[in-house]
Amino acid sequence: MIDIKDLHKSFGKLHVLRGINETIEEGERVVLIGASGSGKSTLLRCLNLLEEPDKGSVIFEGIDLTAPETNLDKTRCRMGMVFQHFNLFPHKTILENITLAPVYHKLQTKEEARKKAMALLERIGLADKANTYPAMLSGGQKQRVAIVRALAMEPDVMLFDEPTSALDPEMVGEVLELIRQLAQTGMTMVIVTHEMGFAREVGTRILFMDEGEIKEQNAPQEFFSNPQHPRLKEFLSKVL
Amino acid sequence: MEQFWQTLVKEFTRTFITDNRWMVFWSGFKNTILITVVAALIGIAIGVVVSVVHYLADSIVHKKKRKGLGEYFVILLDKLLTFYVSVMRGTPLAIQLTIMAFIVMAGFPNKVIVCCVAFGINSGAYVSEVIRGGINSVDIGQMEAGRSVGLSQIATMRLIILPQAIKNILPALCNEGIAVLKETSIVGLISVVDLTRASDLVRSRTLSPYFPLIVVAIVYYILVAGLSAAVSRLERRMAQSDRH
Repeated sequence: MIDIKDLHKSFGKLHVLRGINETIEEGERVVLIGASGSGKSTLLRCLNLLEEPDKGSVIFEGIDLTAPETNLDKTRCRMGMVFQHFNLFPHKTILENITLAPVYHKLQTKEEARKKAMALLERIGLADKANTYPAMLSGGQKQRVAIVRALAMEPDVMLFDEPTSALDPEMVGEVLELIRQLAQTGMTMVIVTHEMGFAREVGTRILFMDEGEIKEQNAPQEFFSNPQHPRLKEFLSKVL
Repeated sequence: MEQFWQTLVKEFTRTFITDNRWMVFWSGFKNTILITVVAALIGIAIGVVVSVVHYLADSIVHKKKRKGLGEYFVILLDKLLTFYVSVMRGTPLAIQLTIMAFIVMAGFPNKVIVCCVAFGINSGAYVSEVIRGGINSVDIGQMEAGRSVGLSQIATMRLIILPQAIKNILPALCNEGIAVLKETSIVGLISVVDLTRASDLVRSRTLSPYFPLIVVAIVYYILVAGLSAAVSRLERRMAQSDRH
């Protein structure tokens, strides 16, 4: 579904991604872990080209996203993204946050979008907040709305950029629970996280990034019980 | 006391009634308002253009895909406009006004229009900074969120960024209007009769400074205080939508 070929990215002198090659299949739930600055967030952001790679290509459903003629706005409609800081639109109501994009792209009529959004809000128990503004919600609620906003576009893949890192500890659970539920529907996901327990539970494959490279990858069980690379061993001994 | 009132009435009559001198003040007042309003409109128009060009140039510079000729043109234009802004902010307005009147638009018969142009061009530089600041005050994550749901850069600007930026832009814009109003008091330099110049003319006839100067100061103050009150009402209303 997503083919990453020899991806490089630098910020000034800092070489953040040093030649990433990876394929993500439909239905996979790939979890990226690694220390801060290892390049995992940058890699994720390169997948929908929020970050423009310097070299290499990202091929999504057969379309080369790095080609100049590609209409990124169209392909991004099929890639939902959830940010660390939620990034809800503060001047729009919760309902408008969710319906804005589907209606703008004419994927759904206003009424369809509203019904769908209400159903999604119902599912996460926030239907009564539909007409309030993001400022009224707790962090956990905001992040769940942000997930619903991405889902409303009916994407083929969901990208999560540290979805719980900016949350108070007591709110992490509700967000992880929603992602867990989403995982059960078979949604393809790429998740950057520091929650190791969650990674092990939800991921079908774990990638360890260090110094801009994927140093090791494995199925969750094997990954955590039998790490090979010394850097991964060191990292796991610190976080587990 | 009796005498004080008598003097007051006499002075008032001399300043405003004799020879229909109030008409000098009135036409000065009209010019002050006219120059302020037209200059502010020109300033906003220029400010919007400058900040849009700057925004486009900024996003072109940051992208790595190969750039076309048009994109280099935008970058060059932005460099020129940046120079324009720094010149406008870095030289006295009185000098800009006289250069406009005696060099750039020398021989142009209607000096009021010269004032409008000079003040408008000057104000445009400040307005562009106000708009730029307003846009920059919106969290970068908002643009990313907009793009991530497939909105184009322009659509995100229109639907997400500008509605949030306007909260910061509008009050600052009104303050810029207030600044322009007060600055118009120098148009007498090129012999345009505004409120200030009118009071000078009358003062030189009556040789009595009190009424012409104090009254004109009060008129400016009322105008500015009115605008300021409007700004703070605006700010309060906008802050309300933050709290919900």
